[in-house]
Amino acid sequence: MSTANILDVRNLSVSFLMYGRGLEQKELNVISDLSVAVKEGEILAVAGSSGSGKSLLANAILGILPSNARVKGEMLYCGKKLDSKQQQRLRGKEIALVPQSVGYLDPLMKVGQQVIGADGCREKQEAVFKKYGLADFVKKLYPFQLSGGMARRVLVSTAVIGDAKLIIADEPTPGLSKEIAQTAMGHFRSLADEGCAVMLITHDLDLALAYADRIAVFYAGTTVEIAAAKDFRAGVDALRHPYTKALWRAMPHNGFQPIEGSQPYAGDLPKGCLFAPRCPQRTEACEEKPSMRPLRGGEVCCSNAT
Amino acid sequence: MNQLLKQAISTLIRMVLLLVGVSMVTFLLVISSPIDPIDAYVGAESNVSQEQRDNIAEYWGLNNPPVERYFTWLSNLIKGDMGTSISYQKPVTEILGSRFLASLTLMAVAWLLSGIFGFLLGVMSGAMQGSIFDKCVKALCFVLSSTPTFWIGLLFLMLFSVVLGWFPIGLSVPIGKLSSEVTLLERVHHLILPAFTLSITGISGIALHTRQKIIDVLKMDYVLFAKARGESKWTLIRRHGLRNIAIPAITLQFASISELFGGSVLAENVFSYPGLGSAASAAGLKGDVPLLLGIALCSVLFVFAGNLIANLLYGILNPQIREGGKLG
Ligand code: SF4
Repeated sequence: MSTANILDVRNLSVSFLMYGRGLEQKELNVISDLSVAVKEGEILAVAGSSGSGKSLLANAILGILPSNARVKGEMLYCGKKLDSKQQQRLRGKEIALVPQSVGYLDPLMKVGQQVIGADGCREKQEAVFKKYGLADFVKKLYPFQLSGGMARRVLVSTAVIGDAKLIIADEPTPGLSKEIAQTAMGHFRSLADEGCAVMLITHDLDLALAYADRIAVFYAGTTVEIAAAKDFRAGVDALRHPYTKALWRAMPHNGFQPIEGSQPYAGDLPKGCLFAPRCPQRTEACEEKPSMRPLRGGEVCCSNAT
Repeated sequence: MNQLLKQAISTLIRMVLLLVGVSMVTFLLVISSPIDPIDAYVGAESNVSQEQRDNIAEYWGLNNPPVERYFTWLSNLIKGDMGTSISYQKPVTEILGSRFLASLTLMAVAWLLSGIFGFLLGVMSGAMQGSIFDKCVKALCFVLSSTPTFWIGLLFLMLFSVVLGWFPIGLSVPIGKLSSEVTLLERVHHLILPAFTLSITGISGIALHTRQKIIDVLKMDYVLFAKARGESKWTLIRRHGLRNIAIPAITLQFASISELFGGSVLAENVFSYPGLGSAASAAGLKGDVPLLLGIALCSVLFVFAGNLIANLLYGILNPQIREGGKLG
């Protein structure tokens, strides 16, 4: 692979200490052993069903997890270790988050001022607004006055104003009409084409397939497969992991077969392979925890995949 | 505009109803109290003859049936006459005028003190939730809010006036000086201790409330996003925290006027500060119906104004109310 990894996440685990009954402490593994990398100029989609802890991945990369979270593993940014000091220095500048909705904007602050942020300037904000076709008066609006389309462009503006190299978009299209969702995704595509690395966290596999270069399939707090988007288009046999295959079959134009069972609860994960309770290809080997391995140009976390 | 007019009229009607209600209740309470205004006036042991007592009662209209007395008072009030105080032998309006000003100064100073200090303490301890500082502020607030004002007042008097001698023991001006000779400094000197006492209980309420608001705001998504954009903790609080707690804080600050009025009655009595509060207790003890009714009305108007300002400011400050619906 020719292009450099902007972000390299290796064996990341995030857990929360919860107090159960009495003094019993329980560890909740929201993300376990997750490995994923984003290169410059590409969109990597992290796709998985809602409520599977994907947003925490974004927070972990930015270093804004709540204080009771415990993080293990390693993250590299442009080849350098991304520790909390680096995170503090880089976030909002080289690493930017594009949040889900205007709910992440201060309801009482005018939009222009928010896009500028704590240390931007007015000229930059005007340039970014022009780039995204936002009229000048928009800067004087409050978040609640924005239409859906304007809101998306404003949110993207907050990332672009800081010249970010890595953009993390967290569920950027929920509740949007198809056209607005497509324009929003178009913005990320052109940012990637300009050289940014974009990590797109979403539950919408269809949309991810249409715009992303690679897909990291997220299941029960970890990545089970990393596949090129074209593998999904090539058909079920080009895919590697049983869960990915099941996802493929569940897509409307591929037969709409639902996957049986449900994702395990973060406080009660299976011992071996996390997908084992729902896996049709399960064998004895699956009681050992499988780890990520390269396979046919992608990566898979399954002992039996070929 | 039409909407505004409607609102103004309904506010006015509510205010009048409130005034009538409060005056009726006050009147009922005073006439059913065991205090005989004539006894209180002439003194229990003086040798005033029964005939003279009857004359006084006749003169004050005490023998008329209560309903008639109330309506006489009401119709005089509408004409602008609030009656004559029994205990001071002066028109009620005159007493209210001079005393209201003294109370207003006292309350305004206490109000500002409690607002500023309460807000600062609340913001700091909320921002540092769980720290030693936060725990101390919280403990202090709980102690203060469960301590009666008059008791704090007495403690202050003992410590600062009696033991240390920094402040006068009471009144609003030095004893035995003509009011024209009293300097501003002397007035301020007399004001400090009562104002401070009065502000104390307000501080804890405002500090605890502000603290909770800051803690809530810091949990909001927009704060998380601001953090993701590289804002440090104090930048966050300055840019988003203060902005988002300002509206409830200001509303609370104006709504706290009612408590302030209650507290001022106690504080003024402890410090013999000649304001409305001490006049109210004097009037109560002497069965002075006209004065007590006058004070009650005054306080209703005052508290009503405080709440009204709170509501109006809320609408003016909140862009979602001020600027209405969506655009574009
Ligand atoms: S490791 Fe076994 S159980 Fe897990 S996905 Fe692969 S085949 Fe299924």
